[in-house]
Amino acid sequence: MKILPSEITPYKNYLNRRKFIKSSIATSLVLGASTGLEANHVSNQNIYNSQLDENDSLNSFEEITTYNNFYEFGMGKTDPAENSGDFKPKPWSISLEGLINNPQVLDLEKLLQNVTIEDRVYRLRCVEAWSMVIPWQGFPLAEIIKMADPLSSAKYIQFVTVFRPEEMPGQKRKLLPWPYVEGLRMDEAMHPLTILSTGLYGHDLLNQSGAPLRLVVPWKYGFKSIKSISSIRFVDKQPDATWSMLAPSEYGFYSNVNNLVDHPRWSQGTERRIGEFKRRKTMMYNGYEAEVGHLYKGMDLRKYY
Amino acid sequence: MISTQLFKKIKPLIFFAIFLPSLFWSYQFINGALGVNPIEKLMDNMGEMALRLIVLTLFISSLSEFKKFRFLIEVRRMIGLFAFFYVTCHFLIYIALDHFFDMTFIIKDIIKRPFITFGFISFIFLIPLAITSPKIMVKKLGFKVWKKIHYLIYPAAILSSVHFYMLVRANKIEPAIYIFLILVLLLYRLYYKIIHPQLVR
Repeated sequence: MKILPSEITPYKNYLNRRKFIKSSIATSLVLGASTGLEANHVSNQNIYNSQLDENDSLNSFEEITTYNNFYEFGMGKTDPAENSGDFKPKPWSISLEGLINNPQVLDLEKLLQNVTIEDRVYRLRCVEAWSMVIPWQGFPLAEIIKMADPLSSAKYIQFVTVFRPEEMPGQKRKLLPWPYVEGLRMDEAMHPLTILSTGLYGHDLLNQSGAPLRLVVPWKYGFKSIKSISSIRFVDKQPDATWSMLAPSEYGFYSNVNNLVDHPRWSQGTERRIGEFKRRKTMMYNGYEAEVGHLYKGMDLRKYY
Repeated sequence: MISTQLFKKIKPLIFFAIFLPSLFWSYQFINGALGVNPIEKLMDNMGEMALRLIVLTLFISSLSEFKKFRFLIEVRRMIGLFAFFYVTCHFLIYIALDHFFDMTFIIKDIIKRPFITFGFISFIFLIPLAITSPKIMVKKLGFKVWKKIHYLIYPAAILSSVHFYMLVRANKIEPAIYIFLILVLLLYRLYYKIIHPQLVR
């Protein structure tokens, strides 16, 4: 499955579409405080601001890194920040497996020398109806796919989170079937908005945010953006994904943000943007419909939720 | 053994111990110390406190049948009213802070979402209990009628614990413990009221 280059919105156009917005005090505070950055992580406030949509403002570094789900470190929202101190994200390697011409184990340090780290300010919408705006650093997933050189039979990609119960206390309990797995269709994986992130706010990813390498797919519910990836498998059939295995009626394989299809137990029509008082209306594909809508043309989104 | 007299003396302490959390959380809420999603945190705290107090009143009802623990009955009404207080806070936060009086959304939510429906019915069940809590109401209604009304605590307890169970995404252990405790206490009461008297006879 290949997508034509013409189908992809060039990243530059994508940037141009966005508007310049005033900086937030929180941002400058964090930028002032974040010393000892990795050389390839540039924290550039002008770039962040130029990528912000009109109605958005950045969430603070503190908000982003103290409130999230990462069950490998516990089930509470502050557990990842509190319990991830023992995790060792260096050294790190990622194995590329399955239906590819270049199966290999990539050393992350070496991999990062061969990619250009870009800034991407994305909205993140959690399936639990809260959201944030995060300035990520990373590179398109497509780059790694090119290195792997998939066979034409590779239609999907499965991602696997590292399994280290000694460093990840949540994995000592059977909270979820470990290791956590997620998947994308090849065209979703190749989409220029889909990135592998290595940092945020110009800072290496903290352990609680999925260090050292995580997926970010901004038009899907947050749980699709798998953290601390240890292997990437190219497969011919729709692969298992942890939440959709666990509760198939609640979490589909696609899990695209969709304000019209509710979670069986709660509404997806609105969301609480962290830091805001009033709820916002949730946008179709999390506001990225122009970029990704064509991927799902003709699909019954109530069936393929 | 604690005498009823002594227990009455420490009742004000119990009052403050149960009231304090609401003050503390409100203070934290105002000062931004409830984390980055403070509305959700405040609502969850209030709701769980209410459920704990409901379970506590059920424990008191069962334990106070024993002579040793008879003194506990002195605080049952107070704890029950505090449960209602916390449920009301929980409900008002849902309406005023979580959804900012968006009544069309809220009404749809209550009807459409079973977990909200259960929570709401539970709250409704607790209203007559709170209204009939003064001693004078027992006299007005007669003890039998009053008691029948107050059996509503059992469906209210079950509904509110199921409400909690249905809202959590993966960690079902904690709500399951509440459901288990409530069912055990209910079965114990049924045994004590229905089967035990027949055996004795």
